[in-house]
Amino acid sequence: MYREVILDHYKNPRGHGVIEGADAEAEGFNPLCGDEVSIYVSFAGDGETIEDVKFSGRGCAISQAATSMLVEMAKGRKATELAEMPKDELLEEIGIPLTPIRLKCALLGLGVLKIALHRAKGTPLPQEWAGLDELELK
Amino acid sequence: MAVTAQPKLDAQKLRADFPIFEQLIHGKPLSFLDSAASSQKPRQVLDAMREFYETSYANVHRGVYELAERATAGYEGARETVGRFLNAPSAREVVFTRNATEAINLVAYAWGLNNLGPGDVVIVTELEHHSNFVPWQYIARRTGADFRTLPLDDEGQLRLDALDEVAGNDQVKVVAAGMVSNSLGSVNPVDRLAAWAHDRGAIMVCDAAQGAPHRVVDVQALGADFVAVTAHKLCGPSGIGALWGRMELLEHMEPFNLGGHMISRVTIEDTSWGEVPAKFEAGTQAIAEAVGFGAAVDYITEIGLDAIEQHEHELAAYGLERLAELPWVKTYGPPADRRAGIISFNVEGIHPHDVAQILDGEGVAIRAGHHCCQPLMAKLGVAATNRASFYLYTVADEVDRLVDGLHKVRKILS
Repeated sequence: MYREVILDHYKNPRGHGVIEGADAEAEGFNPLCGDEVSIYVSFAGDGETIEDVKFSGRGCAISQAATSMLVEMAKGRKATELAEMPKDELLEEIGIPLTPIRLKCALLGLGVLKIALHRAKGTPLPQEWAGLDELELK
Repeated sequence: MAVTAQPKLDAQKLRADFPIFEQLIHGKPLSFLDSAASSQKPRQVLDAMREFYETSYANVHRGVYELAERATAGYEGARETVGRFLNAPSAREVVFTRNATEAINLVAYAWGLNNLGPGDVVIVTELEHHSNFVPWQYIARRTGADFRTLPLDDEGQLRLDALDEVAGNDQVKVVAAGMVSNSLGSVNPVDRLAAWAHDRGAIMVCDAAQGAPHRVVDVQALGADFVAVTAHKLCGPSGIGALWGRMELLEHMEPFNLGGHMISRVTIEDTSWGEVPAKFEAGTQAIAEAVGFGAAVDYITEIGLDAIEQHEHELAAYGLERLAELPWVKTYGPPADRRAGIISFNVEGIHPHDVAQILDGEGVAIRAGHHCCQPLMAKLGVAATNRASFYLYTVADEVDRLVDGLHKVRKILS
């Protein structure tokens, strides 16, 4: 499970930090294990392209590495596209089999990013996130 | 160490009774250090349940035919066994439930709803498992009673000196405490809590789910009014537990679940309740599981609860000693001489889920999480801990493998 790329992202997270005055932001918490992730997004002049993404938080290697990988994937893409991004796209990138418990760790960051983007755009959260209802997202 | 004639058990030999240890996990022998969550099952229990199903199974208390009588004898025989195990004055005071949680819910609802009200106080401890915390919090809210907690000292032991302060001059009606903390391994002085509760006119409810598998539970010596136990932590099957209660309290309580078997007479106008314990056992119970519960009690009784307690105490002392060699590991809870076979710990900078996952790859099974004790975790200032817990089949070599695994965790993640 702890293959090199996961450990690399865990030990050297990409985009770790805070964007002051971010265009979109949200935070999430997994009460089961205490993983916490906050995500900050700034848009380019078109109000659509993701110019910068940063995250802060603490938790297990899977939640932190997955969020770091997500941040790398998000930069330069369109907000609406990311807001609709299927879970599998991130899971393929992570590339390791995850048990249901660890799946929640892996998807915490994506859930938080989606909340941030949908909130900024005023669109409803897609149905597929119903399965993550044990996570507290705000 | 004082040289006394301590009862001994041979864990290595007992392991042969447990088929689960005959396999490899991730290619390695299984080091099962999560018995506080649930214990493994010996052949003696599995065989008793199989034999019951194969030769004696029918519904109980119903038919007049041979099998129904055998099944009833098996089920009621298990009640007698559990009653003796708890030193209950009468087996009729033993009510079968699904587990210890249901046993506590039974008391909270069937006693609490009718006996609690505004101005009354319910006291639980900060150590409590959610099973003995949430039902009381909820019933207190439902009835308007005040819900309070008894604090811990820095070693994770109950502060009995704070009891009077927590109670103030108010009418305490319930004191609820576990016998052994499932998170820290602290052993609570239930007898002293019960004496205090009775002085204040309160009932004492003891969650012995984590006590009964590991040490003698004598309900008369404890002085509690209700004691909850579960089979699955003491080598028995899941799906069955028991509530022991004082007969005079049980007799005056309303029923909990309603339906078949728990009645005396049913008309369209009204229903009268059956006798204790039938009053609390509505519907078809977990019959074969009760038989398995009895077989598990026989199994651990034959080994000897004192021998089990001593064995686990030695493992806890050894485990704490080995973990103390690792400066990057922090352990929680009381010193070895005052704790049961449970060690909660954290590895500096590494989340418990990652620790447990890497240990799993080494064949070492530990628990990582909040152990159904979120108020306690908040008190300790952590989101979660790792927990290694021991039982009669645990050997010192498994503690060594835990320590070796922790070195590997650190090598990978630090």
